[in-house]
Amino acid sequence: MTSRTSVVLALAAAIVALVVAGCGGSSDEAGGGDSANDDAGTKLSLVAYAVPKVGFDKVIPAFQATPKGRGIGFSQSYGASGDQSRKVEAGLSTDVVNFSVEPDITRLVDAGLVDDDWNAGEHRGIPFGSVVTIVVRRGNPLGIRDWDDLLRDGVEVVTPNPFSSGSAKWNLLAPYADKSEGGRDPQAGLDYLQKLIGEHIRVQPRSGREATETFLQGTGDVLLSYENEAYFIEEQGEEVEHINPAVTFKIENPVAVVNRTKFPDETQAFVDYLYTPEAQRLWAEAGFRPVDATVAAEFRDKFPEPATLWTIADLGGWGRVNDELFDEENGSVAKIYDEATS
Amino acid sequence: MSTVVQARPEGGARRRGRRSRSYGGGVGPLGIGVATLWLSIIVLLPLAAVLAKSLEGGPAGLWDAINAPSARAALILTVAISAVVALINVVVGTLIAWVLVRDEFPGKGFVNALIDLPFALPTIVASIVLLSLYGPNSPIDLDLYATKPAVAIALLFVTLPFVVRSVQPVLMEVDREAEQAAASLGAGNLTIFRRIVLPALVPALLGGAGLAFARAIGEFGSVVLIGGGIPRETEVASQYIAKQIEIDRPESAAAVSVALLVIAFLVLFVLRLAAARTQRHERG
Repeated sequence: MTSRTSVVLALAAAIVALVVAGCGGSSDEAGGGDSANDDAGTKLSLVAYAVPKVGFDKVIPAFQATPKGRGIGFSQSYGASGDQSRKVEAGLSTDVVNFSVEPDITRLVDAGLVDDDWNAGEHRGIPFGSVVTIVVRRGNPLGIRDWDDLLRDGVEVVTPNPFSSGSAKWNLLAPYADKSEGGRDPQAGLDYLQKLIGEHIRVQPRSGREATETFLQGTGDVLLSYENEAYFIEEQGEEVEHINPAVTFKIENPVAVVNRTKFPDETQAFVDYLYTPEAQRLWAEAGFRPVDATVAAEFRDKFPEPATLWTIADLGGWGRVNDELFDEENGSVAKIYDEATS
Repeated sequence: MSTVVQARPEGGARRRGRRSRSYGGGVGPLGIGVATLWLSIIVLLPLAAVLAKSLEGGPAGLWDAINAPSARAALILTVAISAVVALINVVVGTLIAWVLVRDEFPGKGFVNALIDLPFALPTIVASIVLLSLYGPNSPIDLDLYATKPAVAIALLFVTLPFVVRSVQPVLMEVDREAEQAAASLGAGNLTIFRRIVLPALVPALLGGAGLAFARAIGEFGSVVLIGGGIPRETEVASQYIAKQIEIDRPESAAAVSVALLVIAFLVLFVLRLAAARTQRHERG
């Protein structure tokens, strides 16, 4: 008799354990959905690349102070652009996304999460941007001025991993565009990157922000980064300064609405707000180059125009650049990076 | 489930009295059932999932992923530093346990509690603390940032309790009379330690060292800031794995994880065998 009761007990324990496990899982999902549906408060979720937090910290409170933004809460997540994009593709629920590079949005368009016409507006879905800049230790002890200086013996360059970071792609495109004359001589550009990546890059931070932290900890002589990130760390009082090379690259950071959002109107209102002169000024104050012409004119001194500024359009657009340079299997820059680092 | 049902008659309630059951006896089929289920869900299932993921590219893909130069470098570095860390722990941990058991001094209770702090502290906090102490802005002018010693220090910090806590109770139980007898027969301190105390400690030392090693090869948080994560120099396996996940190469991450698991399992298994053998020798 005891033996039978024990068997029954063992089975019962197993079943209870399974049921508990099962319930735990399903109730979690249901709970998440319920709270988001709650009328008590509208909460928009923003998934963004690593560095625009400084900008959103100013823009979001300003939006909440407008009539349309009243009562709207925000949850924010920042990380390496490619990684963030893959998380959203894999099911991370969100309302609005802001990535460093357009292909990270294209990935979501392909997955059906962002509408095809996300970049149909006046500014093609780009509310702010920057340029690629060279950050050095204060006083510029190595006298770095332009891209050729990075290839001098013993100069160590910090730039993130292009497989996870959008910043890394911009950073590599800047000298590539310079050396290849805007893509006319790809081999010259690749030769430069081969030397830069093969001989001058030692660490592989995952995002632009992590690269900054690595540099500030004392690794490397030069940090390649967004101009806005350079402004940010200079304002923090770090012992660094930045040099905009005469020839550099225009960074365009897209924002898009995720079409599964439960709050389409509120999300659209927020995205529209980003383009208003008020928000544009806040972006500019945070170090990002505004896209609104009038506001840009106001900040001309803070954001000097480089002698030559290549754009992604000059290289044939992101579709082509990504296929030819950054495709994991066949991209020529991807191959160089893989060979140097695997 | 069938194993549970079959295991019951032999393993379960075969012994006679209540006393023997509460000692060496089994906990009964309910206990075995829960234990089996628990181990399956919490341990075996995730391990199987990792193994399956790592084999998505076939055994050759698994091998290539482990054998990639930076993966191999990370694994070798991790195992080497962890072994050194385990050895240092054996020596220093025994010393600390000895002091805590045999010596009386004011604040002993406080020190005793301090030993467990590395367990309680989130490891990333350890990393921040170490970075501010041994980083570029070091107040004692000792910049170890992104060097192998920095990785070792971080690992020593988080693995400190293992050897101390496994040796301490054994040391308390050691037969002091045998030591006194040896001393009265003219044995020196070193001889007493080597011939009387050490043999009793060996199983605990091996166990503690094994746990410290296993913990060290999987450690992430405490190394992540102070170690710098420089590929082929200070990047440990867990950092390499995290990087592979972030650059969307989960198969490669899973492959290196499997390598770590196999290493940890082998080391723990061998140490356990060795401990069992010394124990048998001692009794025999």
